[in-house]
This record gives sequence, structure tokens and C-alpha cells, in this order.
Amino acid sequence: MELKSTNTTSVFRNLDWITVIIYLLLVIGGIISVYAASYDFDNASIFSFDEFSGKQLRWVGLALLAGLVIILIDFRIYEAYAYPIYGILILLLIVTIFVAPDIKGSRSWLVLGPMSLQPAEFAKFATALALAKLFSSYNFSLNSSASSYLKALIIIMLPIGLILAQKETGSALAYMALFFVLYREGMSGLVLAAALCAVVFFVTTVKYTETMIMGIPSGEVSVFIMIEMLIVAMLATYCKQLIGARNVLLWFLGTGIIAWILGLCSVNIPGLAFFLPVIGVALIYTLLLSFKSPAKPLLVTVGGAIAAIVFLFSVNKVFNDVLQPHQQQRIKVSLGIVEDLRGAGYNVNQSKIAIGSGGFAGKGFLNGTQTKLKYVPEQHTDFIFCTIGEEEGFIGTTVVLLLFLGLILRVLTIAERQPTIFGRVYAYCVASFFIFHLAINVGMVIGLCPVIGIPLPFLSYGGSSLWGFTFLVFIMLRIDAARREHHSY
Amino acid sequence: MRKDYNLEKRKYIIGGFIILIVAIYLVRLFNLQVMDSNYKIFADSNAFMRKTLYPSRGMMRDRNDKLVVYNQPAYDVMMIPKNVQEFDTLDFCSTLNITKDQFLKRIADMKDKRLNPGYSSYTPQKFITHISAQDYGRLQEKLYRFPGFFIQQRILRQYMHSAAANVLGNIREVSQRDIERDNYYAAGDYCGDLGVEKSYEEYLRGEKGVEILIRDAYGRIKGKYDDGAHDVAPVSGRDIKLSIDIDLQMYGEKLMQNKIGAIVAIEPSTGEILAMVSSPTYDPKLLVGRERGKNYKELVNNFYKPLYDRSLMGAYPPGSTFKPSQGLILRQEDIISLTTAYPCYHGFINGGLRVGCHGHGSPIALKPALQTSCNAFFCWGLKAMLDGKRAKYGSVAEAFEVWKRHLVSLGYGYKLGVDLPGESRGFIPNAQFYNKIYGEGHWSANTIISIAIGQGEILATPLQIANLCATIANRGWFITPHVVKEIQDTILPVELTERRYPTIDRQHFEDVAEGMRMAVTGGTCRLANLRDIEVCGKTGTAQNPHGKDHSAFIGFAPYNDPKIAICVYVENAGFGATYGVPIGSLMIEKYLTDTIAPERQYLETRMFESNTIISSGVKKH
Repeated sequence: MELKSTNTTSVFRNLDWITVIIYLLLVIGGIISVYAASYDFDNASIFSFDEFSGKQLRWVGLALLAGLVIILIDFRIYEAYAYPIYGILILLLIVTIFVAPDIKGSRSWLVLGPMSLQPAEFAKFATALALAKLFSSYNFSLNSSASSYLKALIIIMLPIGLILAQKETGSALAYMALFFVLYREGMSGLVLAAALCAVVFFVTTVKYTETMIMGIPSGEVSVFIMIEMLIVAMLATYCKQLIGARNVLLWFLGTGIIAWILGLCSVNIPGLAFFLPVIGVALIYTLLLSFKSPAKPLLVTVGGAIAAIVFLFSVNKVFNDVLQPHQQQRIKVSLGIVEDLRGAGYNVNQSKIAIGSGGFAGKGFLNGTQTKLKYVPEQHTDFIFCTIGEEEGFIGTTVVLLLFLGLILRVLTIAERQPTIFGRVYAYCVASFFIFHLAINVGMVIGLCPVIGIPLPFLSYGGSSLWGFTFLVFIMLRIDAARREHHSY
Repeated sequence: MRKDYNLEKRKYIIGGFIILIVAIYLVRLFNLQVMDSNYKIFADSNAFMRKTLYPSRGMMRDRNDKLVVYNQPAYDVMMIPKNVQEFDTLDFCSTLNITKDQFLKRIADMKDKRLNPGYSSYTPQKFITHISAQDYGRLQEKLYRFPGFFIQQRILRQYMHSAAANVLGNIREVSQRDIERDNYYAAGDYCGDLGVEKSYEEYLRGEKGVEILIRDAYGRIKGKYDDGAHDVAPVSGRDIKLSIDIDLQMYGEKLMQNKIGAIVAIEPSTGEILAMVSSPTYDPKLLVGRERGKNYKELVNNFYKPLYDRSLMGAYPPGSTFKPSQGLILRQEDIISLTTAYPCYHGFINGGLRVGCHGHGSPIALKPALQTSCNAFFCWGLKAMLDGKRAKYGSVAEAFEVWKRHLVSLGYGYKLGVDLPGESRGFIPNAQFYNKIYGEGHWSANTIISIAIGQGEILATPLQIANLCATIANRGWFITPHVVKEIQDTILPVELTERRYPTIDRQHFEDVAEGMRMAVTGGTCRLANLRDIEVCGKTGTAQNPHGKDHSAFIGFAPYNDPKIAICVYVENAGFGATYGVPIGSLMIEKYLTDTIAPERQYLETRMFESNTIISSGVKKH
């Protein structure tokens, strides 16, 4: 008995209160913002349970209760039951596909009497637990065997697949954030770099199709030049081949200048007939270098370059044939290729108007005309950031962004101070989810990312999201609170 | 636990990544929210509907505070084409009592760039104007069913009397040119057209207000913005008190019925126009409301040109009413003394030229010449001035220029500056004019002798003639005639209140006034000899190329304290004594005594019943 009570006290003493305070600030901000976003002229009180804000208040109450319960539970439970919890949530995701009603084309809501829950949000903490459990298992090392990668990928991809089957692309994409965790735990940085390159190449290729240089779109020319620069950069840094890098650089510059001069003299070399041989020669040279030095980085470089070229050729095909028309449209709108203000661009345009009209200090609480008059659809859920931007201005948006940044950096600190791999991996999962949600949601609202329907944690209206993130955070806090206990046994 | 410090460093990559993202977002937000002010405008144009509040137009009263022009609410059905959504056309048409074809035609007309050059699907367009109060009530109830339509309350002008249309003017919808000229106007506004409505437009129209309403994403009005704190209330137009005596005006119009011509009556001491009749005239009520366009067209096409204000646009030969001005000039230039007498043997006969005259004694001096309207006297006078004073003036042409300058100072030859649009300047020739016709040095008094008796090239408006009469009544000064006595909360412009002095000395006016008094007591104007009022007058009988002579009269009364100066001009009505004198004297009597003496009522009846239009050749203006 006595042991248990000291245990509880030490939990609260060791609880990371900075995180808790940021959490509470965001949650309270959420209630206020939801109230502002759904405020109508003939509106009732902020506490009325008929209103979104009232409902949100109820969700918050329940979430705090759940948080308390999570903290009171023995931290070992989470590690011990990580797989069963994951299993249950995966089952729930499967069941959801079949029993969920069709709401705006997606089947992601489980209706339980008066409540509707989105299992995809709860699967986040379960997946995080399972991933942490996997990494903490005895002798597990990500780079030791292909099967380690496979196991990690299965844990990540399983919910992604199931949520995609529910037609909730945004929520599914959020799990991709867990690649940050793999990176922290040893996955090669080249994967993230490749992903970044893929995004840049994709955007460049899709966006700049209007003007033609050397018979191919300027976007493709740019990507070819970027590939050349990457080859030089890889040789110089990753392969540590400074002389080789210099030679390749001179080769690229020389051929480029010749092509440019020829172009000035109206001699047009077809783009592909120029870049493919030029890059080909550089790659053969790189392969030749491998006879004298460690081969692996050079081979990676060559493979990467070839992959990039293949990617470039497939971008248009993927964009036109694989993506659905509304997804293509959203991407085009966010890239500024089309300005469809009445269709796909409407939300983002109105959202930008809302935020932009807020000015430095905002229009004041409940004075936002854009949000109050319903010009921004989904303003209390995915577009809640608009309300803050309009009513609280640049000050409000800055505070919110800095609160999130503080939260994420705090979670990273917590992660790194964990004595166990389980604790660290779990905390990294938490940070990754926040990074993804923050970057995508705010990016979408301010028109820098395509519209991907995911909520802003704690601020957006909705119980599932709030609970899902609360579970994520409080389980992390509970594990963190026990960090000193590990040294005792 | 084994720590891998190489991998731990990756926390910086991940942390750095999110810091970078947040930094990028903050820059973007700074641009959106602080640097770019367009979004504020976009948000405002989204949320705020600025509804124009129309001020009530200033009312008009006459000099005795009798209401003349007032306002009545009217309702226009407006639509913003962009906001119109699917609606029950049949229900809409039946509510407004129109057929589906009319509905479609109206929409087509609205979109026709030729008929409606200001069309834009984003701005309010007029669908139907001036619907009845019943239609308004019915539509108001159902309006929510017809998104994109709304009702605009307007103001229609109403007139207490069917008189003074030429003075009052009317209002019309602004044209595209008005909108470009004056940025106060927006499509669908009204502005004054003709008369006081036009010349005092800026006082009468007031200032438009604006009501800021909040509109949600579905186009629904959600109430007033900030409880109306930013609304601007319309400022009513200023009321105007006319100098017109509406009773006298109506009396004048009645006297002038079935005649073509004009009456201008002025209060000499103030320059205020008491009555300004142009005949034939029209009922101002015709130019109100939905029928305005049709009626306006009919008035424009009317044979007798009722829209043409003869009192200030019509330029007529003044005939013998010109003689007092001649007397003034001859005396001022010292061509004649009061005793200078010229012979008249039934006319002016000189150098094979003959200007006829009537029977009276001979020779004759200035005052009796005015009394009897002797043509010969003024012909001799002009001849003496132009031909006989080479030593003084140098040449005929220079003498003529002196003569002309005196007339200009008396208000002839140029616009007087009355506060009404469309004033004509009349015509007083100068030496150059005759040099052009006859050649320099090839003309003399005899060449142009008919101008001595207000014929020939001389043209003047009834307003100018009346003003000359007022100048004589004042014995040597006048105030620019005007029809507005007071503007609410404003002082009349100084041009309408300051005295203007002609280049003639005061005592000469006294002599001319005496001559005009003699014309009434024992000359051509005996019909104007009222029992208790000393009237002064001068007849005019103007030859013209359009038929029978024009009948004219100028007069003022009382002789020593003039309250009214008048000019009557009746086209093709014969002798001045036949129509000019009776009408003029009746007007004077009516204004000064408010009644017509029983022994003079036969004159009134005769004037009411006479018809001179038949005999007129109708001057083609």
C-alpha cells in the first residue's frame, strides 16, 4: 500500500509539467476557437452542449479524465500490452471499413449511439506503442537484417492500408510521419533525402509545364539540372570523392555552356538527347571510380541518379493516371497552377482571405467576418487555424505555431532522455505525428500544401482527434514519469 | 541501454526540420497578415454589403411658403444578376403583375449593352421601377423566395400644382455621362433635369448614406455590421424657397392659355422673379414615375414645343418696349435734352426711308414720345447719335459701339445669369457685325434705323426685357433675376444679391419712368391705368417674319415704390395694347391687390377665352 502511494506521488512529481501546460493551453485555445468558429448571431452560450464549443468542452472533460486514468495506470502495462492494443485497433479499423456509414465519401466513422468515433485517430497511439515495442524487443536492430525493416514497415503500413480503404487519405498519410522514427533509429538519411527530392522533383515537373526549353518542359530541364547537382553533391560529400566531384562538375558545366551557346545560335538539341548522354557519361565515370575506392557509396549514387531519372519519367504518368481528378485539382491549386476559386480552390482562397484579413492584431474575438459568416468551410474542424488567424491576427497565429513548436521540441527532449528504447521510440512517434499534422494542416490553411483533410491537434473540433492525441501525449508522459524508476531495478 | 551518439545527433535534424517549417510558415503568415492588405479588402467585400441609403430630396415652397414640390416614396425592384438563383418565375411574375414574356424581355433589355451600358452582373440592376404600394407589400413578403432580388426605396417628385413646370424642372435617372462627370452618382440615381431641379441639384439632392449589412457565404443578410456604428446616415437635401408666387404663376399661366409667349414678373428691389410663364406649358406631373419616358418623348415631339421655356430661351425683337432704353442712352450721351423735339409726320421720313408712326402731335419730346410710342423720335435720336456726332465719337461705328455698350450694361446681349439652365443671350449687334454685312464705312444710322425701335437685328428674351423694366423701376440698378429666394441653411450666392449698375445716370431713369407713367395715364397703355395703383408701362408691337405682330408690354407699379416689374410677350397677337397691356396689368393688379376690380373683369375673361395660337405662324425655334 505504502509503496503504491509513493508511486502515485512520484508520478505527479516526475510528470513533465511543461508538456502538460502546453497541452492545456492548446486545449483551452481549442474550445475558444471552436466557439468562435461556430459562433452565430443567434448563438447561445459557449457552454451550451448543443453548440460545437459545448460539445468540445465535454470532449475535453472526458479527455482530461482519460489522461488522468492513463497516468494512474502502471507504465509497464503499455509496454506489456502494446501488441494486443495494436491488434485491437487494427481489428477496429477493419470492422470500420464494413460497418461505417458513408459520410462525404469516406467510411471512417464508427457510430456508437450518440457518439461517433474515428478509429484512425486512436490507431495512432496503438501503432506508436507497437513500433516502440518492436524496437525495444531483444536484440532488435533496424539495420541488422531486412526482416527488421519489414516488421517495422508492416506495423506502419497496416493502418495506412486500412485507413486508405476507408477513403481517409489524409489520416492515412499521417502515419508516413513515422519514417522520422525509423530515421532516428538508424534508417539511412538517404531515404528522407530521396523523399525530399521526390517531392521537389514532383512539384517542379508538375508545375512548370508551360514553357519549353530544348523541346521539353522547363520543369523537366530543371529536374535534370538538379539531378546533375545532386550527383556532384553526393560525390563530394557522401562518397568523399572530391577530385571526381570536381571532374563531374566541370563536365556538367562544360556541356551545359556548350548547349547554351548552341541554343543562342538557334541550334536546338533535343533535351533528352542532351541530358541522358551527359548524365550517362558522368555515371559511367562514377562507376569507373569504384575500382579504386569503396564501391558502395558510388553505386548508391549511380543507383540514386538512375532512380531519379526513372522517377522523372513516371511523374506525369502517375499524376495523370494514378491520382484521382479531385486530388490532381487540389495539387494544382496548391501549386498555383490553376486558380479554381469556385471549386477546389475555394476553401484555400477563403481561408487565406480569413487569415490575411486578420492583420497584425486580428479583428478581435468573435469579430471575424470570414469565419462567422461561414465563408470558410470546415472552419471549426480542419480549418480552425483560420479563425485564430482572422480574430487574433499574426500574434495569434505566431503564438499557436510557437506553442506547437515548443511542444514538439519538448517531446523530442523527452524522447532523448528516455532510459529505454521503448520510451524513446514511442516519444519519437508522438513528435512525428505532431510534426506531420502541424506542417500539413497549417500548410494547407495558408495555401502552401494541397488540401489534405487532417485536423490541427487539440484545436480542431472533434472528440476522436482530441482523444487520440491525448492518449498519445499522456502515455508518453506516464512512461516519462517513470524514467527514474528504471535505474532502481 | 547502449547509446548511439551518431544516431542521437539526428534529433537535431528532426528538430531543425520542424523549426524550419515553422519559420517558413511564420514568414508566410507575416506576408499574408501584415504585408498584404488585399485580403482585408477581399474579406470586407465578402462580408459587407453596402446598401445605399437615399436622402430625401429638398422640397420647394413658394415665396409665401406654400408647398410646391414634395416627395413621395416609390419602390424599385432591383436585382444583382450574379446572386440570382433558381426561383419560381411564375410566382414572381404573378406577384408583380407581369407576364412571363415581359419578365424575359425585361431581363434581355437589362443585359443589352446598348440599352443599359452600365450593365454588370455584380452590381444592382433595375428590374422594374416604381411599383405600386400593393405590389410592394406582396413582393416584400415573398422576397426571401427570390434570392438576388431586393427592393430599393426611392423618392418620386410630387407637385401640388400643375404649374410652373418650366421653373421647377423635374428629375430623371442619371445617364452614363452624368456618372462619368460627377462621381457622386451611381447607376440608377436621379438627378435634376431642367429648371430649379437642375440648377440647384447639388443643394436639393442631399448626401447619400450607406448602411453596412453583413452577408454570409450563402448571400443571406445577417443584420447590421457593428450595430450600424459605421453606417452613414443620408443627409436630406436642402429645402428651397422659391421667389415665385405660385398663385400669380398659375394666374399668369391661365391668362396665357391658348397663346404662345411668356410673362416674366420681377420684384425690382430684390431681382426675385415672381412669375415666369412660358406658354404653352405642360403639367409637371407628367414627368414623374414610370410614364416619364413616354410623356417626355411626347413633349419633345409636340408641335408647340412646351419644353422650350420662352421666358428665358426665346429671343424676340423687343419692339417698342426697347424705346425706354433708347431714351436712356440718348439722354446719357446728351444727344437730346428733355426738351429736344423731333418732327413726326406719321413717321420718320429721311433719305427715301420711311418708318411709319401713329397720329400724335409734332414735333415731340422724349416723355411724350414714350407716352405715344413715337417711332420717329427714336429714329431721329439714333440718327443724331450715330451720324451727327462725328466730332464726339469719330465715326458711325464708334458711336454705335458706345450705344451697344450702354445696352449691354442694361442687361442686353449677354446672359443675365438667371439661376435656371438654358438662358439665351439674345442679340445686340456690334459695329463689326454691320461692317461684315455692309462693309466698313458703308453703313450709317439710316442703314440700321429699325434698331432704334427694337426691330431689325435686336433680339432679347422676355427675361431681359423684364429686367430692363425692373431697372427703370429701381431708377438705375438691378439685381440679377433669380427664382430661388432662400436655400435652407445656406446663403444665396452673391451674384444673386448684389446690385448691378448700368452706365446710365439715375436722373435719366426718372425721366423715362415719367414717360412710361404718361403712357399709362394718357398714352398707349391706358388699359393698364388702375384706379388705386400708379402703373407705368410701355407697349410693344413687334413685326416679325412669322406672321402677325407680336404683342408686348412692359410695366411696373407702383410708380414711386415699385413692387413688381413685368414683361408680357405674346407671339403673333397683334398690337401691344390688345394682349400685352391687359395681361400685364391684370398680373400687376392681381399681385398687388390680390383681386381684379369688377370693372376690369371683362378684360380677364377676354384674356382667359382668347386664342391666338390660331393666328400664329408658330415660330420654329
